Amino acid sequence: MTAATEGTRLATVGQASGVSRWLRRLPLHAFVIVLMIIWLIPTIGLFVNSFRTPQDAASSGWWTALFPPEALSFDNYAYVLNRQGIAPAFLNSLLIAIPSTVIPVMVAAFAGYAFAWMKFPLRNVLFLAVVGLLVVPLQTTFIPLLQLFRPLGWNGEFIAVWLAHTGYGLPFAVYLLRNFMGELPREVFESADIDGAGWATKFFRLALPMTIPAIAALAIFQFLFTWNDLLVAFVFIGASRPDNLPMTVLVANLVQSTGGGSQYLAAAAFLTMVVPLIVFLFLQRYFVRGLTGGAVKG
Amino acid sequence: MQITKHRSPVLAVLAGAVLIAACTTPSGTSAPEPSSPGGATTAPGATTGTGGEDISGQEVTVIGTWGGAEEESFRAMVKPWEDETGATVKYTGTRDLNIILSNGIQSGVLPDLAGLPGPGQMAEYAEAGALIDLSTVLDMPTYTSETAPALVELGTVDGKVVGVFIKSAVKGLIWYNPSVVDVTTPPATWDELQTLATSNADKAEAIWCVGVESGAASGWPGTDWIEDIVLRQAGPDVYNSWWQGQTKWTDPAIKSAWETFGQVIANAYGGGTGVNATNFEVAGDPLFADPPGCLFHHQASFITGLGQFATGTAGEDYDFFPFPDIDPANAGAVEGAGDLFGMFHDTPAARSLMAYLVTAEAQDIWVSRGGALSANKNATSYANDIDRRSAELLLNAQTFAFDASDLMPQEMNAAFWQGVVDYIANPSQLDSILAELDSTQESAYAE
Amino acid sequence: MDPRLTAALVNAAVAVVGVPAALVGYILLVEQILKALPDRLQPRVRPWLWLLPAFAFLAVFLIYPTIQTIARSFQNRAGTEFVGLANYEWFFGNNDAFSSLINSGIWVVLLPLITVGLGLLIAVIVDRVRYESTAKSVIFLPLAISATAAGVIWFFMFLWVPPGQPQVGTLNGALGVFGAGPLAFLQVSDWKFNTVMLILVMAWMWTGFAMVIISAAYKGISRELLEAARVDGANEVQVFRAIVWPLLLPTMAVITTTMIITALKTFDLVYVMTGGQFDTSVIAFEMIQQFSFGRADRSAAVAVILFLAIIPVMAFQIRQFRRQEAIR
Repeated sequence: MTAATEGTRLATVGQASGVSRWLRRLPLHAFVIVLMIIWLIPTIGLFVNSFRTPQDAASSGWWTALFPPEALSFDNYAYVLNRQGIAPAFLNSLLIAIPSTVIPVMVAAFAGYAFAWMKFPLRNVLFLAVVGLLVVPLQTTFIPLLQLFRPLGWNGEFIAVWLAHTGYGLPFAVYLLRNFMGELPREVFESADIDGAGWATKFFRLALPMTIPAIAALAIFQFLFTWNDLLVAFVFIGASRPDNLPMTVLVANLVQSTGGGSQYLAAAAFLTMVVPLIVFLFLQRYFVRGLTGGAVKG
Repeated sequence: MQITKHRSPVLAVLAGAVLIAACTTPSGTSAPEPSSPGGATTAPGATTGTGGEDISGQEVTVIGTWGGAEEESFRAMVKPWEDETGATVKYTGTRDLNIILSNGIQSGVLPDLAGLPGPGQMAEYAEAGALIDLSTVLDMPTYTSETAPALVELGTVDGKVVGVFIKSAVKGLIWYNPSVVDVTTPPATWDELQTLATSNADKAEAIWCVGVESGAASGWPGTDWIEDIVLRQAGPDVYNSWWQGQTKWTDPAIKSAWETFGQVIANAYGGGTGVNATNFEVAGDPLFADPPGCLFHHQASFITGLGQFATGTAGEDYDFFPFPDIDPANAGAVEGAGDLFGMFHDTPAARSLMAYLVTAEAQDIWVSRGGALSANKNATSYANDIDRRSAELLLNAQTFAFDASDLMPQEMNAAFWQGVVDYIANPSQLDSILAELDSTQESAYAE
Repeated sequence: MDPRLTAALVNAAVAVVGVPAALVGYILLVEQILKALPDRLQPRVRPWLWLLPAFAFLAVFLIYPTIQTIARSFQNRAGTEFVGLANYEWFFGNNDAFSSLINSGIWVVLLPLITVGLGLLIAVIVDRVRYESTAKSVIFLPLAISATAAGVIWFFMFLWVPPGQPQVGTLNGALGVFGAGPLAFLQVSDWKFNTVMLILVMAWMWTGFAMVIISAAYKGISRELLEAARVDGANEVQVFRAIVWPLLLPTMAVITTTMIITALKTFDLVYVMTGGQFDTSVIAFEMIQQFSFGRADRSAAVAVILFLAIIPVMAFQIRQFRRQEAIR
């Protein structure tokens, strides 16, 4: 962060107005940087402790390991990475999280588009009912769904988890996308109508591209929740096909039933965070300014 | 450090009725004799389970609460069986065992074998017809002769054995640092312990180290304290009728145990706030501080794997003596615990595995890796002296009681934890806390 | 290993290519079928076919279980008898259960306030700095952490060591620098202090969520519009009030509603950090707690109370809609 501030400063040095502009913007930078520090400290604390033994972590603050620097060890990370089955579990996590993200986002885009731009009776009532389903606690759905999947032989298979995550994720997805699509300017669709475009064309060529920032945000969150999910995967897969379990299950089991092992949990937390962060950084470039504006003009 | 645990199975899964005098080597059965691993008992696969069927290539799904080193010990334990039979064990550990099994019982989606959350749930599962009767699975004469009758009894519902103990633990050990306190003869009574504490009072900041923080299960170390006191103060009969919901919490016998615990808290390192805010894993660490924070720490045998115990040397850096008697009439009582296991699918491979798990040969593997006591008397290859002495304590107890809070319905158990932390925070509120527990008792035991 | 690898590859192919293709194919098929219908019928049928996949999922995964839950809440423990409102009477007559309702009330007010407020502030402010993507990643980071890991993180933040000893926890260490503390953050329930601490942890996790979505909406505001206002001499505050705020309002409503529901459904964090003790229990925690006690009846009643709690939020949403419809 310091480097970034430095860069901003250097870039404006040389112009008198640049310096005063920088001074004017000082509170802005101070705010952002202080906020970033506050937000990072808890994670940094655990990050430092993930390189320490549990005895050290419990007897002295993590900051004491930095000044003067303590010999840090990768033992905790090595332990996690050498766990039996960690590689297939990682693959399973991806195989669970990707479709569990793609399906609800697409299904919700269809529904959001219909709710926003098609006319039909009870439209708002139905939409509110969908949003109201946000409040359904997942835990109440497990038994009926397990019973439903059982004759189909789905329990233990990825499809059970994909479909369950889709169902659970849909209310928010429909809610978000309907609101974003509802904000799109009417003129865009009217001019497309004049050109004789069908509903599918308007959806794939106009509505979808113009909603990219919202879709990107939604995809990030849905991916995150399915990637970090422990319970849904365990309930639908655990008892029947342990080979299909995701990484979260393995990670949670680093801790012993009588206590002990949380240093591995810390290391594992950082290892599992890597993928969602890559997804975030990758999708972040779709949060581009003025997508809507550009489309309206085009 | 770890704050997410459920009640540890050693505590939680643990079951049992208080089985008075049950563990006193009954004259009828063979006296426990040290046996070398595999020396005395049947070989895997040769037990009744499979009936000699070829199960190679088959899988057995197992769900339990064991994680980390425990999971490794369990895998090591089943390895010889896998090599022998050619079948594989698919083990998954989870701390959500209760929710997985409750959902599983109602939906019918269950693993072949599973750890059971507690005796209450075991009975429910058995009544729902989900648990397989193990009497045709196990070699019953061998099983009953090698296992403490108390443990056999605990796994029995309506005359059928549906649960077995894979491992056990002894509760209520009092740990100290030999370089701080000189314990030449362990105190035999609570009064002697007080005298020992008073004469060493200047050596540490406080007499006791207590820490009850345990995330979701905060309070459980305090329940162990109160149980140990009830058992030795009021005696096994009261202890029994208490966990069965017949003796009220406001009963003078129970209240008196809380008050005794209150004296401990009053002399605890860090005071009430410290007790509630300190995690049980590191609660004993001030024993090793310089100057020492406390003289004694009360915890089950598994503390040796946690906090600074894990890096110390048994006998040198730390040692233990058993919880002393309080009322001489109830001398020789010991509280224990264990991990219960049941079978949901009757497949040849599952039968074979179940039969193997209870053998001394299998049990010896875990025991020799440390961190657990066996439920099988013939498994004695203990890794260290502390484990061996703990096991002897269980074996030689005149009165053998199972962790009362784990025998209570879960609702009562959770209320007990909460009562403990409330009492530690506000000792003056004891009467209203006990009254609240009484009202939970009424609802929790009602069908 | 070989059949496993094959199965994995098949799954991967289905997951990455098959599923999206099937969904796109569905819409194209729907439009083909509609073409075959008389023109008059098309607009009537079309919305239902577009909504069909979503409704099918919702019906199976949420509505059907919910109906079962509602029915269950009027039955006894074993599910064999109708007991009327007994389970609801239990909830409102039980101290612990009732205090969880109060705590949830505090959650519902504070969590959206903090997350949406800070999320908006951050989204608008980081838009003006060059290290925007770094800053956003930092705020987003906690969301990538599971509840269990967050529990470990905040365990080290809140750690308490007796006064006079070197503090190990970050917050008490910081307080110590100023000669204050140590505070037992999760154990002190006076003035709901510990509940507020838990809410702050949750806010630390969820502000990134509010920020990302608000930022997505903010980026959607046409730059020309803002520039035009600035050229007209409006200062930043005026631009914000006159243009940004009204345009962000629908998104803010979505996020606020979502955060209210998140607050109502909070379970993991409370479970992991305090187990609902020290007077920190919330409704969703109570619901799962009752289920684990084998009280599916009471658990169902608590779930229904959760549903009911959402009604005021929905009423607010209806108003929001009318406004949006009017603008369009």
